Amino acid sequence: MDLLGKLEILADAAKYDASCASSGTEKRDSRGESKGVGSTEGMGICHAYAPDGRCISLLKILLTNVCMFECAYCINRASSSVKRARFTVDEVVKLTLGFYRRNCIEGLFLSSGIIRSPDYTMEQVIAVARTLRVEHGFRGYIHLKTIPDADPLLLEEAGRWADRLSINVELPTEAALKDYAPEKDMGGIRRSMGRMRFGIDAAREKPRPGGAKPPRFAPAGQSTQMIVGADPSTDRTILRLSNTLYGAYGLRRVYYSAFSPIPDASAALPIKPAPLLREHRLYQADWLLRFYGFGVEELATDPDGNLDLVHDPKLAWALENRHMFPVDINRADREALLRVPGLGVKSVDRILLSRRHRALRLEDLARLRVSLAKVAPFLVALDHRPTQEPDSARLSLKLAPKPKQLALL
Amino acid sequence: MVKTVVLAHEVDFGGWRDAVRRLVLSGTPPEEVHFAVGAPTDLFALDGEPPAEPDATPTGTFSVSRALVALAETVIQARETERFSLLYTLVWRAQHGEKRITEQVTDPAVQRAIRLAQSVRRDTHKMRAFLRFREVPEPDGTRYVAWFEPEHFIVEANADFFVRRFATMVFSILTPYRSFHWTGETRSFGPGADLSHVPDDDALEQYWRTYYSAIFNPARLKVGAMVSEMPKKYWRNLPEAAAIPDLIRGARNRTEAMLEAPAMPPETRPMEQRRGAARKAPGAPPEAAQDGESADTLPALRKAAEACRRCPLWEPATQMVFGEGPADARMMMVGEQPGDQEDLAGKPFVGPAGQMLNRAIEEAGIDRSVVYVTNAVKHFKFEPRGKRRIHAKPDLVEIDACSVWLEEERRLVRPSLLVMLGATAARAVLGRTVTIGRERSKPIALPDRFGSNAQGLVTVHPSYLLRIPDAETKQREYAAFVADLKQARELLR
Repeated sequence: MDLLGKLEILADAAKYDASCASSGTEKRDSRGESKGVGSTEGMGICHAYAPDGRCISLLKILLTNVCMFECAYCINRASSSVKRARFTVDEVVKLTLGFYRRNCIEGLFLSSGIIRSPDYTMEQVIAVARTLRVEHGFRGYIHLKTIPDADPLLLEEAGRWADRLSINVELPTEAALKDYAPEKDMGGIRRSMGRMRFGIDAAREKPRPGGAKPPRFAPAGQSTQMIVGADPSTDRTILRLSNTLYGAYGLRRVYYSAFSPIPDASAALPIKPAPLLREHRLYQADWLLRFYGFGVEELATDPDGNLDLVHDPKLAWALENRHMFPVDINRADREALLRVPGLGVKSVDRILLSRRHRALRLEDLARLRVSLAKVAPFLVALDHRPTQEPDSARLSLKLAPKPKQLALL
Repeated sequence: MVKTVVLAHEVDFGGWRDAVRRLVLSGTPPEEVHFAVGAPTDLFALDGEPPAEPDATPTGTFSVSRALVALAETVIQARETERFSLLYTLVWRAQHGEKRITEQVTDPAVQRAIRLAQSVRRDTHKMRAFLRFREVPEPDGTRYVAWFEPEHFIVEANADFFVRRFATMVFSILTPYRSFHWTGETRSFGPGADLSHVPDDDALEQYWRTYYSAIFNPARLKVGAMVSEMPKKYWRNLPEAAAIPDLIRGARNRTEAMLEAPAMPPETRPMEQRRGAARKAPGAPPEAAQDGESADTLPALRKAAEACRRCPLWEPATQMVFGEGPADARMMMVGEQPGDQEDLAGKPFVGPAGQMLNRAIEEAGIDRSVVYVTNAVKHFKFEPRGKRRIHAKPDLVEIDACSVWLEEERRLVRPSLLVMLGATAARAVLGRTVTIGRERSKPIALPDRFGSNAQGLVTVHPSYLLRIPDAETKQREYAAFVADLKQARELLR
């Protein structure tokens, strides 16, 4: 098979991994170097967007889509009749450098089906990263997918070449993993995450005076992905797990991927794809946990434990907690402002900055491009006090997005 | 009388700054100044001399906040005729009572400048993202040439980004108003170019289009999201954009075909017979005993404990943390439960409390390698708090649920002395609630099932020592802890 044919198969096989981040790594560039190419400056760059709205920052491919595992949700599972291909190390290197020099990508995100053994597979993936870094002086971004229960020494080497490492938890519970990915084991995945956190923490420690610099290890940290809607786990179960994972392994991100139909699907799967809106709500809730001071248990869900699909999670929480409002834009502390539906972290910081100079009115908020319709029922400003809405139900209806907006999501 | 200031080129920051300095010092209010960009004779002299100013230069100094300078450096790149006078207005106001003007983010003029800066930053970001090089063979090597149409005057400020990234390449960036060339060693700017200077398609672009098409998931079509991040005005210079119309058109049919296709039966062959499997199958993992009672070696017991579901603590934890030490150790030390570090490492007493314990053990003259060290509870109990896990005390149900593993460890190791570190350990070993203050440092005769003449000794948990804030008390308590350990050593004589 020619290289173009392989690229088509092995990119197609990689697209179910949502992560494409290229941010948060160390600063480096190519000035004064004799060979090689590349730089990373902290901020990621999205070089293109596909019609699915997802950013394309890295060349995201599999080394091979041949796989011994039988994960029901995966297009590359052993029983799938999808076309198979395998890149050589040099082919991946050539494509990465070629695209990079044309400014199409920030770097490489390499994953692989499991062939022969976890260690063998991991060695192949590492060989690509090592060749790029050592032989070609590549200084762009590298994200490697690690294989559960690969040898800790291999993990160590992967961390030396990669900016980010990741391992997918795939499903939110051990029971779901047993049902849909019988060869994967939650314990093995967690142990690998634990080892990665050790490596990442150790590399960040300042060396003692005269002491050796700790070995480089994944300066952009680790991330993971969960498939949503393939098993019956509720949003609360999913978010509890995320919360645990953030705390236990210092993950940079948990990605949520709404289970979407794949060609050649397994009979073990649900027939209906999960709504993309559910995935979106999980991301919003994840943000509330990490940047807005919310706890998992206070998020508003239906009796089953799923987030509201009509309102975003912050608005849903505010409608259930009307006694916390209205909040005075000119007096409230940062924590209280962050809980106002319609105010983001940036808006809150700007409000705090500008109210040092004058008391704020609604028109000031409009200048900060805050949606007045959204925030007005929850805020007091110099020239505004919300009229008492009769009840949350009425307000809820009033603030519900128009059907047209829903269709866009 | 309105004064006219002529700047050398669109991003002549030096010229603007010098003019502003003179204008402020001579007390010229913003409404009496008009800024214009002249037709400079030398386009390449970006840092050229400012045009001669007829007025005598007033003397004096004043300072402008760093935030305002940074804002001005960005805003000056905006394609907006009024930008020079807008910025001068801000400097003027900053000198006349509004020192921290950049913080007044709801002020209309500040707001206008912030909007322009945001627009410049977005354009800058898009240039770094959407500019594409094409490879052009030249007699003495390869040159990479890119054509980009920026919205603002951002080439000058952006050139260094591309140099940092592509320092080892020879390249040219062509835009309608300015071009930039890098020889691999030196940089130079030139006049604008047009499409006729742009080289033809490059062979690798077909690969890039193929990648772009293959990474797209037709089941998640979201054209609006794509267009908001990659507006159509950029498409004509993006090689991959040619594939977009067909991808959108075909998405619905592809998705429906996936949904309607008959589902595949799942794989039933054993793993070693599947494609990609190694010829020689790896050895099957040892079967775990269902529960502790049947295991008769420590490794078998450990295997069984790994699968323990007697209480819910297993679920959020990374792994079960089993005891460690010789199978025939005479001394067994029992702690409370693994902590954050132990949970990650899968070994007992490796975190801060473990280090404290090691220090005390050594001081007491005990060799840790001959001690069997374990915990009453084998999974880490915690509360997630942001990026950290906060230790939570195991409750009686959890201690009792887990005590079967400790009991089995003790039965297999048969130590003569059990050192209980803290109340949880004492509860797990003795089966009753123990007050440390009352029972510590006193040898306790253990019942016969612990083996003939087996003894117990209760002391504090090393993490207690870590929590004492007062240095003097800490020192005293540490000494008492070491004394208990010395006593333990003596008891084994």
